[in-house]
Amino acid sequence: MKKPINEMRLVIPSTSANESFARVAVASFASQLDPTIEDITDIKTAVSEAVTNCIVHGYKNTIGYIYIHAKIFEDGRLTVKIRDTGCGIPDVKQAMEPLFTTGGEDRAGLGFAVMESFTDKLRVNSKEGRGTTVTMEKNISGRQADER
Amino acid sequence: MKPEIVKEDSRITVKLCGEIDHHNAAEIREHIDRDIALKKPTQVILDFSGVSFMDSSGIGLIMGRYRIIRENGGALSVRHSGGSIGRMLSLAGLSRLGISVGGEEVEKTNQ
Repeated sequence: MKKPINEMRLVIPSTSANESFARVAVASFASQLDPTIEDITDIKTAVSEAVTNCIVHGYKNTIGYIYIHAKIFEDGRLTVKIRDTGCGIPDVKQAMEPLFTTGGEDRAGLGFAVMESFTDKLRVNSKEGRGTTVTMEKNISGRQADER
Repeated sequence: MKPEIVKEDSRITVKLCGEIDHHNAAEIREHIDRDIALKKPTQVILDFSGVSFMDSSGIGLIMGRYRIIRENGGALSVRHSGGSIGRMLSLAGLSRLGISVGGEEVEKTNQ
């Protein structure tokens, strides 16, 4: 595994106001790879879904911390790990089914489906009572790729 | 950002703007639902042309409004939902529910 050319760690409380901050922070970090506007939108959307899951499901009616660890690599890869120490998911496979939600009215149950669609790799690890870690990877070709 | 709501006969157009995420979806929802309860439209158009960012909370917003409007016998359509928003709407399969999605106005009512 190659060493990253840059990495960042961000720890924020699970307040909904931080959803916007988290996605902009990760998008800013990824800008070093010269992403296209579509890359940026994809990254922001995927991060927003993961962070929202921590807030709505991981911590529910409490406030905890969300740990974001992002890395960029020379081959244009961005990896983003978003972790909470909340309640965890009893059945990850079921949770990842599109439209499945335990969130009640007005929650679409599409968070994981969007993360999967907007990134190149998605891995979800969870343990009930311990928390959940979502790891996403995106290949950013960079605008310079058009110059070849 | 508060949506701008325009009424034309029994049709209302909700011009959404800014970012739609979990944080501000509740406020947007209240604003729309209050208007629907007051004006009782037969058609509601959700216009996404002013939306700078949306995650799947926006899908929940659409689906929730769809349920309410259907209960009152009305129709819902979505307009100007290009790019990543359009991709998300496809993921959600909204057209299966009979929600019209597209760039132009729809002159159709639900049966």
